[in-house]
Amino acid sequence: MKIIVPIKQVPETSRVKINEETGTIIRDGVENIINPLDLYAIESAIQLRENNGGSITVISMGPPKAETALREAIAMGADQAILITGREFAGSDTWSTAYALSALIENIKPYDLVITGERATDGDTGQVGPGIASFLNLPLSTYTGKIETVNKDHIIVQRLIEEGYERLQLPLPALLTVVKEIAYPRLPTLRGKQKARTIDIPINSGKDIKVKEEELGLKGSPTRVVRIYRPQVTRKGTILQVKDEKTLAESVDKLISFLKEKKIVSF
Amino acid sequence: MKKKEVWTVSEINQQQEIKPVSFELLARGRKLAQELEVPLSAIVLGDSLAERELKELIYRGADKVYWVNHKALARFVVENHSNIMQHLIKNYQPQIIIAAATTQGRTLMPHLSIRLDTGLTADCTDLQIEKETGLLLQIRPAIGGNIMAMIKTPERKPQMSTVRPKSIQVLPRDETREGKIIPVDLDDSLLDRRVTHLGYYKSEEEEVNLSSADIIVAGGRGLKKKENLSLIRDLARGLDAGIGASREVVDRGWISYPHQVGLSGKTVNPKTYLAIGISGAIQHLAGMKTAKNIIAINSDPQADIFKISDFGIIGDLFEIIPLLKKKLEEKKLSS
Repeated sequence: MKIIVPIKQVPETSRVKINEETGTIIRDGVENIINPLDLYAIESAIQLRENNGGSITVISMGPPKAETALREAIAMGADQAILITGREFAGSDTWSTAYALSALIENIKPYDLVITGERATDGDTGQVGPGIASFLNLPLSTYTGKIETVNKDHIIVQRLIEEGYERLQLPLPALLTVVKEIAYPRLPTLRGKQKARTIDIPINSGKDIKVKEEELGLKGSPTRVVRIYRPQVTRKGTILQVKDEKTLAESVDKLISFLKEKKIVSF
Repeated sequence: MKKKEVWTVSEINQQQEIKPVSFELLARGRKLAQELEVPLSAIVLGDSLAERELKELIYRGADKVYWVNHKALARFVVENHSNIMQHLIKNYQPQIIIAAATTQGRTLMPHLSIRLDTGLTADCTDLQIEKETGLLLQIRPAIGGNIMAMIKTPERKPQMSTVRPKSIQVLPRDETREGKIIPVDLDDSLLDRRVTHLGYYKSEEEEVNLSSADIIVAGGRGLKKKENLSLIRDLARGLDAGIGASREVVDRGWISYPHQVGLSGKTVNPKTYLAIGISGAIQHLAGMKTAKNIIAINSDPQADIFKISDFGIIGDLFEIIPLLKKKLEEKKLSS
């Protein structure tokens, strides 16, 4: 079973700072990590390989330093990695990101499955996975919480939806986007880390994958960011402190008044 | 030239009834359509919906309802829905399409936007029309809610967005509103038969559907052990609320993953969010900070959750919650 896992390198979200004057994100000094939600995709690919044999190729589009994220995936257990990088990709929105990744995947076929995380924690869109499925006309299951069975022709999965779950049978090759429930990501192994240090990671530019240059990067992106700004994060709320029986009763009474005032309860 | 419409993608449940989130989309769309002075339409794909269901969309703000009826459309299968939507869009050329940022909308819309060679903005919390250009301005949180971004699709059409559920009030029901229900014939060749839907099943736990809950009562590590989650359940039942949880609570196996709120769980936008024993790690805040009212109960005065709270009590939740429940019940009885 040949599995491709597209991943993204993201800034560690808890450390993101914004320049209040310019409204831009300060990336200096921020640690970059594999998108945490991609770890579930890598782990489910490793488990599938353990049970069915085959190989895992992790791919990423990003600046040259995104190679680190690919090496981390190798350390976890992926077999090989390919990076697409170059100025021509800068400023890509989800449309042109999905386009470039699809072109690379098309270049390294055949494959049985493409597995992605649900979304990246920086952009938060969740659009690239379904976008790749659309470009490559692959049957798609999003929000996949469990892989029930897989054989050479098809895969049966459980998809997490608002009301519970649904079961889908997809012919292969197919694309799954997976959620946290699917697996618990393993830590890198010693052997994996050794491999990660030495493995050669091919670097592809726009010329290496069959793409139209005008569809790449900012100029190929249908959407434009008009501006970014910092949302109001603090609210001037009432905060009460319980010290004894009396303040406990008072606090609860005031909470109930708040609930009434905001029409959260009616009586 | 014909005025290019604003479209909303309705969702239906397993009983082939319109889901309430569809009315929220109409409330958003109504505002946009009015500013642009164009008709507002609702698109419905389903199997033998009752006419009253379709009419409800008109009462809630639609001028037109495009209605595609087929047995194969009883369930959402992205390949079918995307093919049919492409077909409709080519025929009718809407300028804006909005769908809900649900598991359906966030699957269908990216699939569709690729096929239409156009832009899509995910999970918007506000939509506006740019005065000078008439373009759609899409406002959404990114980077775990640390920034807000305003995005537009300047050159391509249609302009597409998914909109976060519960981010707008539905319009009052108006039975005097008139509109047109337009049945659209389905060409069978648009059905993609590769994927087989093998059925639904409900989660074992109650009240998992957090995205449609008006009130969410959420518990964190401060609950100390699994058994104490009953405090949250009892309070949630009393308030008719959904049950949320922080990542720690899910990782410890106290409650299942569908309840998890935050960066690696659900993003919710209820009217009221009660955070109980939740310290407010940035990853958790990312999933709930847009709630209209945030109430926090935590023993640590330094907990970050208080910074974004409208109302907070610093104290022992094991004293506060039982007393709150008791007082709420008394008030209910005496009213």
